[in-house]
Amino acid sequence: MPSAIEVREVSKRYRSVRALSGVDLKIEQGEFFGLLGPNGAGKTTLISLLAGLARPDAGTLQVMGHDVVHDYRRARSALGVVPQELVFDPFFTVRETLRIQSGYFGLRHNDEWIDQILERLDLAAKADSNMRTLSGGMKRRVLVGQALVHRPPVIILDEPTAGVDVELRQGLWRFIRELNEAGHTIVLTTHYLEEAEALCGRIAMLKQGQVIALDTTRNLLRHVSGVRVRMRLEPDRLPVTLREWHVEREGDSEVLQLPDYAAVEPMLGMLRTGGVRVQELEVMQTDLEDVFVQLMRKS
Amino acid sequence: MDGFLTLLYKELLRFWKVSFQTIAAPILTALLYLLIFSHVLESRVDVFPGVGYKAFLIPGLVMMSLLQNAFANSSSSLIQSKVTGNIVFVLLTPLSPVQMFSAYTLAAVVRGVMVGLGVLLATLPLADLRFAHPVWILVFAVLGGSILGSLGLIAAIWAEKFDQMAAFQNFLVTPLTFLAGVFYSVHSLPEFWLAVSHMNPFFYMVDGFRYGFFGVSDVAPAVSLAIVAAFFLAVAAITLTLLRTGWKLRH
Ligand SMILES: Nc1ncnc2c1ncn2[C@@H]1O[C@H](COP(=O)(O)OP(=O)(O)O)[C@@H](O)[C@H]1O
Ligand SMILES: [Mg+2]
Repeated sequence: MPSAIEVREVSKRYRSVRALSGVDLKIEQGEFFGLLGPNGAGKTTLISLLAGLARPDAGTLQVMGHDVVHDYRRARSALGVVPQELVFDPFFTVRETLRIQSGYFGLRHNDEWIDQILERLDLAAKADSNMRTLSGGMKRRVLVGQALVHRPPVIILDEPTAGVDVELRQGLWRFIRELNEAGHTIVLTTHYLEEAEALCGRIAMLKQGQVIALDTTRNLLRHVSGVRVRMRLEPDRLPVTLREWHVEREGDSEVLQLPDYAAVEPMLGMLRTGGVRVQELEVMQTDLEDVFVQLMRKS
Repeated sequence: MDGFLTLLYKELLRFWKVSFQTIAAPILTALLYLLIFSHVLESRVDVFPGVGYKAFLIPGLVMMSLLQNAFANSSSSLIQSKVTGNIVFVLLTPLSPVQMFSAYTLAAVVRGVMVGLGVLLATLPLADLRFAHPVWILVFAVLGGSILGSLGLIAAIWAEKFDQMAAFQNFLVTPLTFLAGVFYSVHSLPEFWLAVSHMNPFFYMVDGFRYGFFGVSDVAPAVSLAIVAAFFLAVAAITLTLLRTGWKLRH
């Protein structure tokens, strides 16, 4: 069984900018995969190369085992892409847009699936409205619909929830999750790290065109070093000896970042010798945000 | 539906939805030309023996409108898609360069022919027009439309902004069509300008097209056909190469 996506030694530069340098990445069929990284990390560039919107300077890319340059027709048929930019064709209605997109892939009678897409994306009422009259969030959902018309085994969404309000975001993710459960491979970039954390089984982090971390979401979260604790103190005064672990003050509490769990005992000791009692203590959940910040600092 | 047919359908629908601008307006423009030029030049310009000036002018105007609108169709469609970014909808699909080329070009031919036909029908009652060789009329109409449709693609692939596109149109397409012997028979020109006219490929499109009506032309129609066909092949080859390499379309 071929991988859903296989990227080997891919580099791409735009004039003086090295958008990607030596990227290797393998995503298996059925995965829900997150592609994260700060602005300018190269996420959209990687997606463009996979979609054939740009050409790599070096390396090869495959979608479902099909080379995106030499076997582009099969590679593109296997791929649905939701572009980051909010683009639309102002000449057409929502339904026309989806029908036309479906036709480009050689699909003749696709109205049943198109109706289903419209329904699931909450666009049924707007089916015959011109694209121009739609709000940003609706246009974004039409883009999602366009990526799905040919039922591609691999679906890539480049920041699909930007500008979509919370309620609709939930609905969108429910739909995408169902597609994933039905066997579609999902690749996602997003700025909302909590979304990635909740949805993605594996995550690659990109920085300056390089993959700096690639692991399951669970492992990434586990490997974030240290323990973060929040404490309310009486008297409200942090001993000088604990300054180096201090992160911030939150309300009437202090937040500390300890190197590991073994440091909890010494910390309590220092508080005791400082004559400070602990009123409340909470070990805080590490989230992807912390992993992200740490990784970006380190590399 | 086959991908090619869909792109063709989309291109047709695109201009048909705004047919007032894309069909009716250019027909009106051509009628104004006819009104003014035939009034001013009727008794002053000698064209073909036995052919009145107005009758002579009509096929020229038909062809000029056809060519300009074929160019306008493919060029405006592609440059708009590029500038607004919705070109990705086409680029993301398995459509091949040949399919893209054929769909855009054929749609340009259809728009050009529709405008040309409109001009012809509207002017028919005004002059005594013959249809000596209808097949030649059709062949030159389709070839001319295809050439300008392809040129429109080249221009829109090259251009990054609307004003670059407009420059291509204003400094190349419009002068070449105007100087293609639409308003006069090139044989009435001084020798130098006659020679210059013969270097303009658009001249052969107009001249061959006119032969289809009157059975008379400045250049033998077979020569015009050979030149126009060769021009088409060259322009098509360039367009296909650009689409294959993805120049300015796929970064
Ligand atoms: N078409 C382009 N022309 C020039 N530079 C580009 C182009 N696309 C991307 N870049 C540059 O490549 C780098 C990566 O960009 P991008 O892939 O969009 O990052 P991300 O999607 O992770 O925010 C950035 O420095 C960006 O400025
Ligand atoms: Mg991006």
